[in-house]
Amino acid sequence: MEALGFNIGTGFLEGVVRGYKGALLTQANYHNLTQCENLEDFRLQLSSTDYGNFLANEPLPLSTATIADKATEKLVAEFNYLRTNAVEPLATFMDYITYAYMIDNVILLTLGTLHERDTHELLERCHPLGVFDTMPALCVATNVEELYHSVLVETPLAPYFRDCLSAQDLDDLNIEIIRNSLYKSYLEDFHKFCQTLPSPTSEIMSKILAFEADRRTLNITINSFGTELTKEQRARLFPTIGRLYPEGNNALARAEDIESVVAAVDHISEYRAFFDKSNVVSATNGNNANNSAGGDESGSSLEDEFFKHDVELNKQSFLQQFQFAVFYSFIKLKEQEVRNLTWIAECIAQDAKDRVNDYIPVF
Amino acid sequence: MGYYAPGLLVTSTSVATAIGLYLLFTGQGESFNVGKFLAESSPYAWALTGIGLCIGLSVSGAAWGIFVTGASILGGGVRAPRIRTKNLISIIFCEVVAIYGVIIAIIYSSKINGDVQDLYTSNNYYTGFALFWGGLAVGVCNLLCGVSVGITGSTAALADAADPQLFVKILIVEIFGSVLGLFGLIVGLLVSGKAEEFA
Repeated sequence: MEALGFNIGTGFLEGVVRGYKGALLTQANYHNLTQCENLEDFRLQLSSTDYGNFLANEPLPLSTATIADKATEKLVAEFNYLRTNAVEPLATFMDYITYAYMIDNVILLTLGTLHERDTHELLERCHPLGVFDTMPALCVATNVEELYHSVLVETPLAPYFRDCLSAQDLDDLNIEIIRNSLYKSYLEDFHKFCQTLPSPTSEIMSKILAFEADRRTLNITINSFGTELTKEQRARLFPTIGRLYPEGNNALARAEDIESVVAAVDHISEYRAFFDKSNVVSATNGNNANNSAGGDESGSSLEDEFFKHDVELNKQSFLQQFQFAVFYSFIKLKEQEVRNLTWIAECIAQDAKDRVNDYIPVF
Repeated sequence: MGYYAPGLLVTSTSVATAIGLYLLFTGQGESFNVGKFLAESSPYAWALTGIGLCIGLSVSGAAWGIFVTGASILGGGVRAPRIRTKNLISIIFCEVVAIYGVIIAIIYSSKINGDVQDLYTSNNYYTGFALFWGGLAVGVCNLLCGVSVGITGSTAALADAADPQLFVKILIVEIFGSVLGLFGLIVGLLVSGKAEEFA
């Protein structure tokens, strides 16, 4: 029944976002890009795609940072076009998408302040989708309470801070805890909001958000091994949505090594496949003594498996018409594309041709 | 909004029950009389209401379909301008539905003339009821047909924008959808065929 009234408010934008999605780089484009000898070639190849002449006015020794910045700029321009044309409830839905970037920016700034970095440099590194007015003021805060009362009480993130006001000092571990509990509250809130939307949107979004939540739960668990984070603290950071909730989350809260993590996700075949493919278990078993090097290597490939599954889910949301999930998925796919471009450009710049194919193909 | 529809239903049912019981217990139960209502209401009123519903519902269906399709064609046309001309065919399919309604309304209104000596004859009753129910059938058929063609047309536009090969395939689905309105038109014609002019 959603089809009857959906197009009144959102039909135009859905057409536009599907047009944007059609312009994402394809496998053939990626293949051409990976063949490039240097970054000028890279730019030439990109000019035949939807990116066009987006690098034309850059001074010639191109840096990968410029490419990433310009590509992100394009993503932001497209997002802003959609956002300014959106009406309720799509407008709120798109605002929710930006909250994730806001959280990242808040954490980036507080971490930077902690390590006494330059404010302007930090502000430049913030993701443009998550920019809010009072952001520069974040750099003066020294504890969470101050942070909350001076800056964040005006932003949409304020309700998410409710759970982490108890953490007093801003040190590396606490900031990481704040980031994760913010993200937990954000995911739960977004999920709740999506459930108020009519059927196809709520179904698809709950699938995507469930995976996002599970991915964070698994990452928190795996990254907390060998740190001073207690098990109770860890359990409090797990989002209460997702396919692992509740029994998987309970098992993960008690987990002490990677084997128990694998056992906890055993009943969900997709998640078990990630661990099989990325062979985290054998890697950590093989060199327990030299855990840091082996762990990092395999950790990144587990991350790749997560990204691949995420891309797959986001691609599937384009299979249904008359729903909002396409907007979320488009932003995520485009973001993945920017990451891919940066990776390929980085590999070309550093002449690391053997790893250039490790990007995650979108279409 | 969530409690609006059930609330309205409960209220109207209780009001109807209260009135019914009042009539029953005060000895006026006979005044609720369907047969009398049918016999005493003018066949003209039935016929004209039928014609009105026929054209009104048909045009609503066509309009609904056109806005569903139109919004998607506009949106899809931003990044793929080649779809705009081809997909006008979806708009035409929707428009045809309104034309069915107009045709039937014209045929029906030719059965009505002003100077009638005795309105309450069995022939006139038949014409009145036939035009009413025929018009309602055509109207509802066209309403649903318009919505169906509109939604398929919107999908056709977006599919065409993504992959030009899909256009013809989805167009076939759309054509089958638009045939549904034709069924209503045929039935409407058959019903009115037996009805004589008011005399």
